[in-house]
Amino acid sequence: MTKIIDIEHVARLARLKLTPDEKERLSGQMGTILEYIEKLNELNTDEVEPTAHVLGLNNVFREDEPAVKPLADHNLISESPAHDKGHYEVPQII
Amino acid sequence: MHRTTITQARELLRQKKLSSVQLTEAVFARIDQVEEKVQAFAHLTREKALEQAKQADVRIAAGEDAPLLGIPIALKDLICTEGSRTTCSSKILDQFVAPYNATVVEKLNQAGAVIVGKTNMDEFAMGSSNENACHHPTMNPWALDRVPGGSSGGSSAAVSAHECVAALGSDTGGSIRQPASFCGVTGLKPTYGRVSRFGLVAFASSLDQIGPLTKTVADAATLMNVIGGKDPRDSTSANVTLPDFTQALQKDVKGMKLGIPKEYFTTGGINPAVEKAVQEGIRTLESLGMQTVEVSLPHLDYAVATYYIIACAEASTNLSRYDGVKYGYRSEKSDNLVNMYENTREEGFGEEVKRRIILGTFVLSSGYYDAYYLKGQKVRTLIKQDFENALEQCDVIASPVTPYPAFKLGEKLNDPLQMYLADIYTISANLAGIPAMSIPCGFADGLPVGLQLMGKHFDEASLITAGHKFQQATDFHTKENPL
Repeated sequence: MTKIIDIEHVARLARLKLTPDEKERLSGQMGTILEYIEKLNELNTDEVEPTAHVLGLNNVFREDEPAVKPLADHNLISESPAHDKGHYEVPQII
Repeated sequence: MHRTTITQARELLRQKKLSSVQLTEAVFARIDQVEEKVQAFAHLTREKALEQAKQADVRIAAGEDAPLLGIPIALKDLICTEGSRTTCSSKILDQFVAPYNATVVEKLNQAGAVIVGKTNMDEFAMGSSNENACHHPTMNPWALDRVPGGSSGGSSAAVSAHECVAALGSDTGGSIRQPASFCGVTGLKPTYGRVSRFGLVAFASSLDQIGPLTKTVADAATLMNVIGGKDPRDSTSANVTLPDFTQALQKDVKGMKLGIPKEYFTTGGINPAVEKAVQEGIRTLESLGMQTVEVSLPHLDYAVATYYIIACAEASTNLSRYDGVKYGYRSEKSDNLVNMYENTREEGFGEEVKRRIILGTFVLSSGYYDAYYLKGQKVRTLIKQDFENALEQCDVIASPVTPYPAFKLGEKLNDPLQMYLADIYTISANLAGIPAMSIPCGFADGLPVGLQLMGKHFDEASLITAGHKFQQATDFHTKENPL
């Protein structure tokens, strides 16, 4: 059975405004993909520890210094699609 | 001249029989000749390259020697280069100019490399065909109606078409090895943590790794010497001694054990001509003195499902940074902030990226996390243990890279699951974090086939030894495409 996800809810969580066409196509494809993923349930993993990171690193500490020296002639704000007097511009928030 | 390897070119440059400017101009002449057909690049950095070549010639004239001094190299367009665009083949980053160089770029610069340009890729490295690129697709130099593989398909096509001497790519689930296999070049995914990812635009952070795509294993060893090593700016780079990989080229394979995982020939629907080429490759390694042993990797059939949970989950969080505020594309048609985020991401991302963000957001969402994400992480443990067990019995594992040779453009574009299943033999190495390499081992219907060699954590050297001996005994890697 094809599992239908709540595509509206997931798209909202992901901050994606999908078109009606995309919503229909993606929910169908998610059904097929999730059905395939169900095969993991053939495996009993009750006693298995999850792996998040293969090297088993714990905390890696370093001095709190900038990794890159800012370039004298490079204004980071200028990378922004909208900025004014050294500030980022965004549409109305409230 | 453009057909040279790094090793050959370095020798000619050292002997002053060739200048870096001459070599770089020859490479650009080749680009002018074939790029219209192949479309391997997202954009070129011609003027800067010629400037770098001039500087390299000055350094050579002053008696300096560096591993890549004067060698034209291409970079996948998700490796940040200061002062030139880094687009990830995505509309959302189409005009983005990174304010700093990735660590690998700094290392290439120190080693004297000439950067030819940035290669095309599947958007944000998501795909196996290079068709998910905002600029244009890339064609396979062996058959222009076929895909070069992905996501480092621009890098593999550029090397295969001699539009650069070597290239860097990145590999999250096979994105170096699969295109290397499809285009008949050598591709090495190093151990997770071997190469700094500072300045690599992130796709799935527990899997991504930068590596070389080259014409020979010897060239891959040279590039690994340059790009490997701990970097304080990437806390996931490992504090492990970096050996001189060119030493591994001198070693013999006699007595080394080669593990053959039986599941790789019974799962995934391997094409008979691909299987034949891979089996012959294994026999060649045997004839060179490697001792084959049968090993088992029983969870192979679960790798694709595990990978798509983990990779998409990590991608959905990594890509949440593209919000249209500090850099990149912003939608014009928004009246409030949330609307602006949603429209920007809708217009800026392509379909495959949206598909993976949706899948990743879903498996991490409340109520589904344990059933999908946690389950995936647990099966990842089982896959990792499979490799630990198998690699106790052998030094190197040999397998196919892909079930079939390069497919036609458009063939799998409308069936994402089929596209995902193309990665069945490569994904496990990323989940286990081990090094893996693809080397040309024959042809199927006139298209190149790769042999995959996988090894223990931080033992790229054994892959290089086996791969180099293989290339000394065979000529598949020197066969030319009809381009």
